[in-house]
Amino acid sequence: MADVNRGNRPLSPHLTIYRPQLTSMTSIFTRITGNAVIVASLLIVWWFAALAAGPEAFATANGFITSWFGDIIMFLSMAAIWYHLLFGLRHLIWDSGRMLAVDKSETFAMAAIIVAVLLTIFTAIVI
Amino acid sequence: MAYLTDRKRASGMGAARTGTDHHWKMIVTSVALLVLIPLFIFTFGEALGSDYETALAYYARPWPSAIAALTIAVSFYHFRKGVQTLIEDYVHGFAGKVCLIAAICISYAAAAIGILAVVRLAL
Repeated sequence: MADVNRGNRPLSPHLTIYRPQLTSMTSIFTRITGNAVIVASLLIVWWFAALAAGPEAFATANGFITSWFGDIIMFLSMAAIWYHLLFGLRHLIWDSGRMLAVDKSETFAMAAIIVAVLLTIFTAIVI
Repeated sequence: MAYLTDRKRASGMGAARTGTDHHWKMIVTSVALLVLIPLFIFTFGEALGSDYETALAYYARPWPSAIAALTIAVSFYHFRKGVQTLIEDYVHGFAGKVCLIAAICISYAAAAIGILAVVRLAL
C-alpha cells in the first residue's frame, strides 16, 4: 500500500461545502453537547467529593458551582444534556431501522429541539 | 470479492478486531442513561443549592445516592467511549494517542472519585 498515490485522488466535498441542514446541524450539536458536558460532570464530581470531605471543602465547591459563573455553566449544561438525551434517543430509533426518511428525520429534529427547550425551562423552574 | 465467504468476513471482527463492540456499548449505556439522567437531574437539582447539613442528609438516603453512583459510573463510561470517537476523528498520530490516554484516565479517575464520595456519603 506504500506506493499508492495518496495525494491526487478525488475527494468527497467536506462539511464546509454543504449548505447547513437541520439533519447535519443537529448531528454536529449532538457531538458538541455530549462532549461539552464533561465540564459540568467534573464540577459535579468535585461537589460530591467536597461534600464527603467536609464543610470547608463543601463551602468552596458549592460556592463556585452556585456562583453566577457556576450557574451559567450548570444551566447551559442542563440544556446540553436534555438536547443530547433526546438526540441520543433519535440515534437509538435510527439504529432500530426506523425514521430514516429525510422528512421524518427533520420532523423529529424540530420536535426534539422544541422538547429540549421546554424541558430546560421546566427543569430550571422546578429546580 | 466473490471469494470472500461470510465466515471469513465475520472472523477477526474487522480491522479494529473488536467488531461492533464499541457501538453496542454505546447503545447499552445510552438506554441506561435515558433513565438515569432525568432521575439524576431532579435528585441532584434538589440537593444543589442547599446547605452542608441538608445536602449531607439528602445523600445519606439510599435512593438519591444509588441514582448518583449509577449515573456517575455509566455516564463516565459513556463519555470515555464517546470522546474516543471525537479524538479519533480530529486528532491523529502521537497527539491522538496522548489525548486518548488522557481522556480515558480522566474519565475513570473522575468516576472513581465520584463513586467513592457517594459511597462515603451513603454509608
